Amino acid sequence: MEYFLLLISAVFVNNVVLAQYLGQCPYLGCSKEKGVSIGMGAAVIFVMIIATPITWLIQYNVLVPLGLDYLQTIMFILVIAALVQLVEMFLKKAVPPLYSSLGIFLPLITTNCAVLGVAIVVQREGFDLGTSTYYSFATGLGFMLALILLAAIRERLEISRLPLSMKGVPAALVLAGIMSMSFMAFAGMI
Amino acid sequence: MLTSVLSLLALGFIASVVLSVASRVFYVEEDPRVEAVSEALPGANCGGCGFAGCDAYAAAVIQDPSVSAGLCCAGGPEVSARVAELAGKAAGSADPQISFRRCVKDEGKVKKKYEYQGLDSCAASAQLEDGPDACKYSCLGFGDCVKVCNFNAMYLENGLVQIDPDKCVACGACVGVCPNKILEMIPRRARVQVFCSTLDKMKDVMNVCEAGCINCGKCVKKCPAQAISNAEGNIRIDHAACLAYGPECEEACVDACPRSILRLMCHNSVTLKAEAAAAAAAAAPEQQPQANA
Repeated sequence: MEYFLLLISAVFVNNVVLAQYLGQCPYLGCSKEKGVSIGMGAAVIFVMIIATPITWLIQYNVLVPLGLDYLQTIMFILVIAALVQLVEMFLKKAVPPLYSSLGIFLPLITTNCAVLGVAIVVQREGFDLGTSTYYSFATGLGFMLALILLAAIRERLEISRLPLSMKGVPAALVLAGIMSMSFMAFAGMI
Repeated sequence: MLTSVLSLLALGFIASVVLSVASRVFYVEEDPRVEAVSEALPGANCGGCGFAGCDAYAAAVIQDPSVSAGLCCAGGPEVSARVAELAGKAAGSADPQISFRRCVKDEGKVKKKYEYQGLDSCAASAQLEDGPDACKYSCLGFGDCVKVCNFNAMYLENGLVQIDPDKCVACGACVGVCPNKILEMIPRRARVQVFCSTLDKMKDVMNVCEAGCINCGKCVKKCPAQAISNAEGNIRIDHAACLAYGPECEEACVDACPRSILRLMCHNSVTLKAEAAAAAAAAAPEQQPQANA
């Protein structure tokens, strides 16, 4: 039950994009088509569930014993950047079709603050290793959900009549705001 | 202080070692020629070559010996020559093509079945009773093809789409998007063409359009080169056969057409006329010995 609540919390109540406002760049950039948003969401989930346990291990095996908690941010960025590079190389060798379909998004995840965000949030909440990994997966799921929802709306919006000045990114920004407000309805749930 | 510097250095060192090892372990050999070809291509990603984009074509032309180097219609002969040089292939001498609208509904005074009010798109209006025009093979004139053209080669005029022959690179994007399938790729040198794409016959055409092709088939019989057929329900011209036969037929098909809808192409535009004249001048010396033989 606790894990179920954690899932609901990460996907709906504390949605990484719509409630915590992390990862806005890919949220707006990769939400023009549903296919692309699914690919991006999957890539982010993939990196999150690798990055979070590794940063967790570094936090508790390096930073805390040496009293270097204040280096958390820079250490985590370093680890995530290196990790994404590694994942990219691995995918290029092992799964070329997935590599080519993810294309430019994979290196972009290096600078995705949602990945860093979830690594820091699990430290703040004091989760253990297993829960952290599970929570990062749930957060990634929430990211993917937000991306797919926005992409679906934008696909519909593409064929409807809008004032020319509102077409494209302006409409997407307004939509993002409205979606964020609608997700506030979940706020009192847990 | 020292521990923080050292630990950061250590982490950076570990990461760099892991990455450099990984770059060896997961090394994928990439052909530098692929990148060179991608740079030589125009980068419009029009899809005219039949591949997903310029990069996909570049990879295919290097890796697959059966892929021709002359498929890039957007870049023209210079790009083809460059690609052929990089890929070590003979440049394909693709006959330059152009998009052509097979509809003259303005001349035919095609009436409206109803007043359409809806999405400003051919695809949307075609959903409703085959579009607002009385003829269901007409140019709907909302310009779906204009929107899809990456080269600004199309524009709307009097409710009909027009093609600018100077800008059209024959990528074929417009052909796929037309719901009534009235756009067609034809060789720029094409001599004749039916300016109507109807699949209807005789009276059905007469009722809706004063100019339309009635698929009577007179041209099919008159053509000495057997380049004209109406197998698919409308008149199709095999331009390769027509051009191969040459001007000796004196355009028998055009004279035979009772509706004057099978027309000479060079009357269509000034540029095309000039191109046709140049092509004829270039071809004339070669054709002389053939005629004697």
